Amino acid sequence: MRTGIVYTETVIYSAPEAFTKDAPYQSAIVSLDGGGRVTGRILGERVAIDDRVAEAEERDGVPYFRKALP
Amino acid sequence: MRAVAVIGVGKTPFGAFPCRDLRSLAVEAGENCLRNGHVSPERVESFYLGNFAGPSFTGQNHLAPYVSMALGIPGVPSTRVEDACASGGSAFFHAWTEVAAGVHDVVMVVGAEKMTSQPTPPVSEILGGAGDCAGEMRAGNTFASLFAMIARRHMHDYGTRREHLAAVAVKNHANGALNPGAHMRKVITLEQALNGKPVADPLTVYDCSLISDGAAAVILVPLDRVAEFTDKPARVLGIAQASDYVALDRKESITTFPAVRRAAAQAYRMASVQANAIQFAEVHDCFTIAEIIATEDLGFVKPGEGGPYAAAGCTARAGARPINASGGLKSKGHPVGATGVAQVCDLVLQIRGEAGDWQVPRHALGLAQNLGGSGATAVVSILGAA
Repeated sequence: MRTGIVYTETVIYSAPEAFTKDAPYQSAIVSLDGGGRVTGRILGERVAIDDRVAEAEERDGVPYFRKALP
Repeated sequence: MRAVAVIGVGKTPFGAFPCRDLRSLAVEAGENCLRNGHVSPERVESFYLGNFAGPSFTGQNHLAPYVSMALGIPGVPSTRVEDACASGGSAFFHAWTEVAAGVHDVVMVVGAEKMTSQPTPPVSEILGGAGDCAGEMRAGNTFASLFAMIARRHMHDYGTRREHLAAVAVKNHANGALNPGAHMRKVITLEQALNGKPVADPLTVYDCSLISDGAAAVILVPLDRVAEFTDKPARVLGIAQASDYVALDRKESITTFPAVRRAAAQAYRMASVQANAIQFAEVHDCFTIAEIIATEDLGFVKPGEGGPYAAAGCTARAGARPINASGGLKSKGHPVGATGVAQVCDLVLQIRGEAGDWQVPRHALGLAQNLGGSGATAVVSILGAA
């Protein structure tokens, strides 16, 4: 599973039609330890820029990350 | 390359018009423009339509001849240009290339969008088509959330504050309140802007541009033929279009838009001017953070200084360099395909001294910056008195 640090993030309140049932939810761009960045969702505790995260699962091609220990 | 001038402008008001369809808006702006430029429809030699998502919003496709024939412009090349929120600016750029290259002499550009026929969630989804649908959008993002992430990083890197974002909203609403064609002619306070309903942290409804219906049009001719049409031409001194990755997570930095920097550098070079010579500008404030970054990317201030620059009042209508005196996308409205063309109309009105209550004091040299998506398309145009 991929790990990295949060490059930027937001909590979305006004969601597109396919995701209105999930709102509010957090999305983040993660700088991966292996290089490159990916856009995913955050599960559980909210994260901030520079927090470490680890991928918990992938759904429909979207990585879902959780806060990890620094 | 031939020198090119704008000799006619026309717009509809921007707003929510439940009884109007896309074509009627485009035709109204086009007819206003033909009248303004003293051009009969038969004289138009080529036609461009800037439109982002007519087929998705309204079901109608094949829009360019649909509009040009309704305008009584018979049989000429009619082309729709789609580059997300920069569709209008791109259409203007391509019309300019035709006139500059000598392919055609009288070229019309209409930008139009009809967005209010559906509620906000499906509209967000259609707008999301301008992002990377296989990545960022599949994760549940919207354009508001992409710009929220841009704002977060700008705040982190430069200390930009919520108050800076709010200052842009307050200023643009104050400007729009004076513009009779604006969608939301409502003055707001800093306190309101800071306490709006959250959309995507740190952005609230007051940081977001409007979902609007509307259209705008311009006519371009070679500079040596302007006397046939008007004694108040506005010359296109510099213009450029540039591209970048569609997906936000592909960009090295998200606190600057390289496409804007590239287009601006080329436009400044063509116009033989530097950023500090620009007296006023209409920039793409789809979100308040986008206006702050635009002032940095256009070279008005250094990276990171856009927030304090706005909050200090430098960009107010009576400030040193007015930005979005029209009210911008925030208050004038953002009928996506119309926006880039309306920006050019607004520069021309200012240059002619015809902007009325929202006229800026120094109006000889203006710049328009139109952005597509989260920076994948940028068009920068510099216009001045001919």
